[in-house]
Amino acid sequence: MTNVVHAEWTKLRTLPGTGWLLLAAVALTAAVGALATNSVTCPAGGCQLDPAKVSLTGVDLGQAIVAIVAVTVVSGEYSTGMIRLTLAATPRRWRVLAAKAAVVGAATLATGAVAVLASVLAGGLLLGRHGFTAAHGYEALSLGNGSVLRAAAGSVLYLALIALFSLGVAAAVRDSAVAIGVVLALLFLFPILSSVITSPGWHRHLEQLSPMTAGLYIQATTNLRSLPLTPWQGLGVLAAWAAGAMLAGALLLRFRDA
Amino acid sequence: MSVMTPYHSEMHVRRDGFAQLLRAEWTKFRTVRGWVIGMLVAAFLIVGLGALTGANSECSVADVTPQNPNPPIQACPAPPSGPGGEWVSDSFYFVRQPLVGDGSITVRVTSLTGLYSTHGGFASDQNPTAGMTPGVQPWAKAGIIIKTSTHRGSAYAAMMVTGSHGVRMQWDFTHDVAGMAGQVSAASPRWLRLTRFGDTITGYDSADGAHWTKVGTATLAGLPSTAPSGLFAATPGYSVNSTSLGGGSSTGGPALATAAFDRVGRVGRWPAGRWTGQEIQGTTDIALPASAQGFTQAGGRLTVSGSGDIAPSTDNVDSVKQALAGTFAGLIAVVVIGVMFITAEYRRGMIRTTLAASPRRGRVLAAKAIVLAAVTFTAGLVAVAVTIPLGERLLRQSGNPIYPVDALTMTRIVVGTAALLAVSAVLALAVGTMLRRSAGAVTAVIVGIVLPYLLARIPGVLPAGAEQWLVRVTPAAAFAIQQSAPQYAQVTANYSPGTGYFPLAPWAGFAVLCAWAAAALVLALFLLRRRDA
Repeated sequence: MTNVVHAEWTKLRTLPGTGWLLLAAVALTAAVGALATNSVTCPAGGCQLDPAKVSLTGVDLGQAIVAIVAVTVVSGEYSTGMIRLTLAATPRRWRVLAAKAAVVGAATLATGAVAVLASVLAGGLLLGRHGFTAAHGYEALSLGNGSVLRAAAGSVLYLALIALFSLGVAAAVRDSAVAIGVVLALLFLFPILSSVITSPGWHRHLEQLSPMTAGLYIQATTNLRSLPLTPWQGLGVLAAWAAGAMLAGALLLRFRDA
Repeated sequence: MSVMTPYHSEMHVRRDGFAQLLRAEWTKFRTVRGWVIGMLVAAFLIVGLGALTGANSECSVADVTPQNPNPPIQACPAPPSGPGGEWVSDSFYFVRQPLVGDGSITVRVTSLTGLYSTHGGFASDQNPTAGMTPGVQPWAKAGIIIKTSTHRGSAYAAMMVTGSHGVRMQWDFTHDVAGMAGQVSAASPRWLRLTRFGDTITGYDSADGAHWTKVGTATLAGLPSTAPSGLFAATPGYSVNSTSLGGGSSTGGPALATAAFDRVGRVGRWPAGRWTGQEIQGTTDIALPASAQGFTQAGGRLTVSGSGDIAPSTDNVDSVKQALAGTFAGLIAVVVIGVMFITAEYRRGMIRTTLAASPRRGRVLAAKAIVLAAVTFTAGLVAVAVTIPLGERLLRQSGNPIYPVDALTMTRIVVGTAALLAVSAVLALAVGTMLRRSAGAVTAVIVGIVLPYLLARIPGVLPAGAEQWLVRVTPAAAFAIQQSAPQYAQVTANYSPGTGYFPLAPWAGFAVLCAWAAAALVLALFLLRRRDA
């Protein structure tokens, strides 16, 4: 198994695109977070803003880049025919998928940690200048605060789960364009539908089922009671999606010709 | 020794083979099963998600009273329609007498004051203004009005003073003309006059009652010879649109406007001889109960207090937006196909054959763009033309009032949405040509179009300033083509993408997407010519 992981790591490491994409994920996540933070103001009367969520807005964009990396790891092999060599070398196919998951997951965790740390630091620097002060009832944004730490660590896990979800979808679908289309559709369509479907039950269920909406509850640090799920339950929803996609990918990889 | 005869094709040599190129690209498209299925999937997603939204967006009201604690649940009522068919708010306090035939009414307004609620409601039916804050809303209005009837939504023309927009002449809800600027006070009163001649009503204002300026002229369709005419007061509720990430909602409550009038002059036949007060009010408007409104008369001085608004309704549930929720799913499918239309050629090496057959590479890209745009437009047009009536029918069955959209606007929405899908597909083709990699190209286009829209449209994700900016400059601006209700300068409302209002005009927003697609095509052409295939 170590050899399989090592092989996958070599493949990922030596692709020229990977490094740039992961770098872009860090830069864009932090930049969008800083832009969002810079555009909010909290007046003296107080506001309903969630400072942790604002500074982590960039994760919305970062997840798309993480998804590209994860999809390419599988689909790239199919488009070049490399998959036949890979499966010839490792006939127990689930091991290939597990090794890919380990490598991509680890790379995403590392990237996500840097991106989230940069966002929180930027948030801490900028929020104080936009009215998020002790006088308005806000503590400075810091990882020392339990719920901020949960939001930050949870966002890193969120990115890693998005990577696993994308990996599973790509293993099931194989073609990179279709795979990334399916991933982005499942992420973006639920919030769009839940914003127009007004029956309260449906609205609530769509939010609870949405991998993106529910998964991002992990970033909430204020008004937790208004959420239909607790933050960790929300991340659990995304984990279930990721597990389902990985299972489907593994089964199709096992029983289908490459 | 044998002589070799060189081979000559039977086909004619033609200078321009663009039609053949188009045919070749069309053949490629229609013979790849996945793309045809993908296009059908896009159309079914648009229709299916529209139907899903329509069927699961119930709207119901139940009028619970102490006498009847379990009333039957009814469909949500539609607001009244104005003379132009649009939904309107028509709630105010009307102090009236019939004016028979031609004539005029003149008043002097000496003050306009107000009260408003900041907590969403009012104290009690007996004493609704208890605890309210003094202050006049910017569009609080009081003045004189001639109306076809006392039914809500009937045609009218009015001259009024407003809280902070000076003197205005307004008629038939959507028309608004500015008169004298500045606020009314005892030291600086405003004189207002309305003159009826046939169906035509002319409004005048004056600072001193001697020098009059014409403000505007309105022609009211179906104005009867006896028209209820007189004084009125109304004010929209107080509202603060919170720009927060947590809420994005409006907070506020109903308000009351009180105006003092004197020097009331009537010309023509006013047979009643005395004023009658009446609150015009409906359940769909934000207004205080009747007990807060009213008028007093002392000598030549009348004081009128009213609540509600005489204006187009902006608090619309956007039925078109709900019916077209599936556009995004269709868009994602179309973008995937657009990218694959070119990246598949690179993956299979087909591009070398394509470019060998047509060495002028720009024409290949043009042929691909035309075929893709035509196919997408057709599929999109059929899907949207089916979805809107189907979605609205289901919404109506779920108890929703359907916002009236005129035929021209509806045509723009249907054709514009199909064009939006087609141009997005071309953008995807161009980005696919640039990047040659499917995953990156699909993500770039989807994130460029859908994510800004998602962030801007779902309230509470981004602050208002950033929302407006996103739907101005990103390709998501094109969704302005789906805006069904116009924005009115004379109504304060939460005009944001989240409530269905875009900062750019419909076709201007669409032009932003076209500019992105054009720029991407130019760059793609440059790279296609420059790089080895």
